Amino acid sequence: MARKILLHDIDVANLTDFNVYRNLGGYTAVEKMFKNFTPDQLTEEVKKSGLRGRGGAGFPTGLKWSFLDKKTDKPRYFVCNFDESEPGTFKDRHIGQLNPHQLIEGMILGSYALGVRTAYVYIRGELFYVLKIIEKAIEEAYQNGFLGENIKGSAYSLDLYCQPGAGAYICGEETALLESLEGKRGNPRIKPPFPAVVGLYGCPTVVNNVETIASLPWIINNGAEAYAAIGTEKSKGTKLISACGHINKPGVYEIELGLPVEEFIYSDEYCGGIRNGNKLKAVIAGGSSVPILPAELILKTAKGEPRLLSYESLEEGGFETGTMLGSGGFIVMDDTTCMVKSLLTYARFYHHESCGQCSPCREGTGWMENILRRIDTGKGSMKDIDLLVHIAKHVEGNTICPLGDAAAWPVASAIRHFREEFEEHIKLQQCRFTK
Amino acid sequence: MSLYKVTIDNIEVEVEAGTTILNAARKIGGKVVPPAMCYYSKLEDSGGKCRSCLVKVSQTSATDSRPMPKLVASCRTMVQDGMQVQNTTSAEVLESRKAVTEFLLLNHPLDCPVCDQAGECHLQDLSYEHGLEETNTEEERRTFEPIDIGDYIKLNMNRCILCYRCIMVADQLTDKRHHGVLGRGDHCEIGTYIQKAVDNDFSGNMIDVCPVGALTDRTFRFKSRVWYTNPFDAHRECDKCSGKTVLWLKGEDILRVTGRKDKYGELEEFICNDCRFHHKDIKDWILEGPRKIERHSVISQNHYENKSTSGDNITQ
Amino acid sequence: MQEKQNISAFKSETIELVNKIINRYPEGRQKSALLPILHIAQAENNGWLSTGIMDYVALLLNLQPIEVYEVATFYSMFNLEPVGNCVIEVCQTGPCWLKGSDEILAHFEKRLGIKPGETTEDGKFTLKTVECLAACGNAPVIQVGTDYHENLTTEKVDELIEKWKAENKVSHSNPYL
Repeated sequence: MARKILLHDIDVANLTDFNVYRNLGGYTAVEKMFKNFTPDQLTEEVKKSGLRGRGGAGFPTGLKWSFLDKKTDKPRYFVCNFDESEPGTFKDRHIGQLNPHQLIEGMILGSYALGVRTAYVYIRGELFYVLKIIEKAIEEAYQNGFLGENIKGSAYSLDLYCQPGAGAYICGEETALLESLEGKRGNPRIKPPFPAVVGLYGCPTVVNNVETIASLPWIINNGAEAYAAIGTEKSKGTKLISACGHINKPGVYEIELGLPVEEFIYSDEYCGGIRNGNKLKAVIAGGSSVPILPAELILKTAKGEPRLLSYESLEEGGFETGTMLGSGGFIVMDDTTCMVKSLLTYARFYHHESCGQCSPCREGTGWMENILRRIDTGKGSMKDIDLLVHIAKHVEGNTICPLGDAAAWPVASAIRHFREEFEEHIKLQQCRFTK
Repeated sequence: MSLYKVTIDNIEVEVEAGTTILNAARKIGGKVVPPAMCYYSKLEDSGGKCRSCLVKVSQTSATDSRPMPKLVASCRTMVQDGMQVQNTTSAEVLESRKAVTEFLLLNHPLDCPVCDQAGECHLQDLSYEHGLEETNTEEERRTFEPIDIGDYIKLNMNRCILCYRCIMVADQLTDKRHHGVLGRGDHCEIGTYIQKAVDNDFSGNMIDVCPVGALTDRTFRFKSRVWYTNPFDAHRECDKCSGKTVLWLKGEDILRVTGRKDKYGELEEFICNDCRFHHKDIKDWILEGPRKIERHSVISQNHYENKSTSGDNITQ
Repeated sequence: MQEKQNISAFKSETIELVNKIINRYPEGRQKSALLPILHIAQAENNGWLSTGIMDYVALLLNLQPIEVYEVATFYSMFNLEPVGNCVIEVCQTGPCWLKGSDEILAHFEKRLGIKPGETTEDGKFTLKTVECLAACGNAPVIQVGTDYHENLTTEKVDELIEKWKAENKVSHSNPYL
């Protein structure tokens, strides 16, 4: 069995209860923090661990912290990005609803390192029931002296609050999230300046993903070296992979980074193989925004090496033959899946979620959906395929925030790897899979 | 203030630190200036949205010779010392601009023949200069019914490119904002939700900052194509604004009053509604002389020059 | 767009909760409370946001009404038209589609006799499609109020509809309570 850091105790009954979490060694990292670390030392420790942002971008966490502008006398903020909305991704919900204290403990560690007095957990509005679990856990943490004034007799004080969103994928983009937390429309900000300098209420701010923050207690308890010893050279530690689609055992799995994709899909410890003994057709490995790969390229790289669940191995081959680890949303499709209809659902998603602020994304996402709907309903023409490629090419990289890329990559990659299927759909004027 | 050397399309210019690429280009002038559909130098926080001013930074600075990985919005990107920028000399920029124009036109009704903005429309200019010859689209366009927001302003949302300038005018020039951007994505619309009248001393400036025909002057509606009118600089005593305006005349009739715009189509000064809407009698004004229109619109080209120099029927 | 309604007011215990939420943000930043308070306002206004209730929220937070409309129309969880007592939100994004969300939606349509976006004549049910609810491992998924219903089958849909009918299900209630 692989080492478990995030999900070690996840099956313990009543883990959401403070005492249960505490008896399993919970909040000892906070005690250790006060004893052994200055805020800067804590940042250094996280840097040394090699922990990278688990929300999708994979930016080194400690480095992100070190960008925080500490020269101003403005307050600083630490914000947890719990706007989990990337299709295929449901790992943060798993932590939030089953082990909220792990997240709160991580929030305390991060806030202390950053010199933050007030921190927020921004959670997507649909997950209100998880918000209530977290709010109850926050209340317990206050009652037990881990939040509030002079935590555990130290000079350090911290307030932590939960804030719901209200249905907008774009708020997972950190500057849109900050806008939303300020009670505004979730329009991403134009960068620079970055949140580390001008963030929440114009103050220096760090935004981190739930899984990233929940990894902190283990790192502080066991040391950066222990964390960095897990995984590969460029992908340290463990990662939650939320697996869904046509597999026998969908669910949230903690893997040591570097696990072969083939083992992840077929072993009984993880996905347990494809349903009904069907053939694997394609995988979207890191949430719907990353390029889709056909079976042969997800199991092995173009060079013929086994593909591993790590940042670098999934990226091997670039966008021609590779993909990205992203958020770890692992969507598996068997050979009964129509690639046109599958892509249409994602195109509809990005169209629905575009904030509408900048023209390529606002107009391009709807255009791509329209064309795909046309092809799906048997009314497409061959030139539509090249038109899709043209639109995707000009949405990508030309927008204010990464949603444009996220909308373009699935289209470009599906056509790159499954062009014949699109052509067939147009020729037959219907779907081979559902007729 | 330290000065930075920047090269745009192989032309060097020195600008103060904190200058954007777009403004550095405007300092050079001419062809190196990228088009700007949403940026407005007099409105704080404007720009970055339409993407028509995207340029390539082929060298980040004197100390960092790397190019920037993506095209950048020149209106919101600050220059660095030794930065090298490509605007019209980059094929990638021109291709992207063509695509941006295509996106902006995707849901645009192309109703120029019945649009009062024709002849001074920035989207028209952009399309002539950067658009495709043929359309790629067969999609249905989204449509909205035109509405009156107050007595003076007509909102035709079909033409809007969501530049947000009118919102910024309301935020930054008036004491209360009644209109805003409603909805999300391509359902976004400028609106007042319950059609509240936008009534404020400076609300008329929303018409002048609108780059397209989404917000037009109801008092000028269908009166004339702009290029058949004679623009004259004029002023009057006004306790609300400078009183410096342009009168758009036909004979001695004032068909329209606007602020004075520079060569980038930006107002030199914002004017009040009193001057704009309530002084349509030529006796209210002191005429200064013909206004030279430096616009490059294909439709209006040469019209003003011919008229202004001949000084048609203007009496005082 | 609806006729302007009379300004509605929250109950006193709701006001208490609202003030508690406002206090989570620094002074002068009360606009931050807008999303949570709109959730509450919608729940207490039969599941939708009328201009009357939005104007009231604007008053509470010292905002221009347009600031509230701008936000309310941006987020997909806010209903700007009246809805039925029980709003059923069916996820249809890729992972749910792979597991048969089309059939689930079609079954709801057939059983309730309405299409997405519509409300049954008796005002009991509204059907909506939504995008990814982040529960893809248990697809297909629907949301009703704050409840998720996962691993759905047409049989389970039948059971749910019967249950909701029997208990006169109302899906909007103050999500904080």
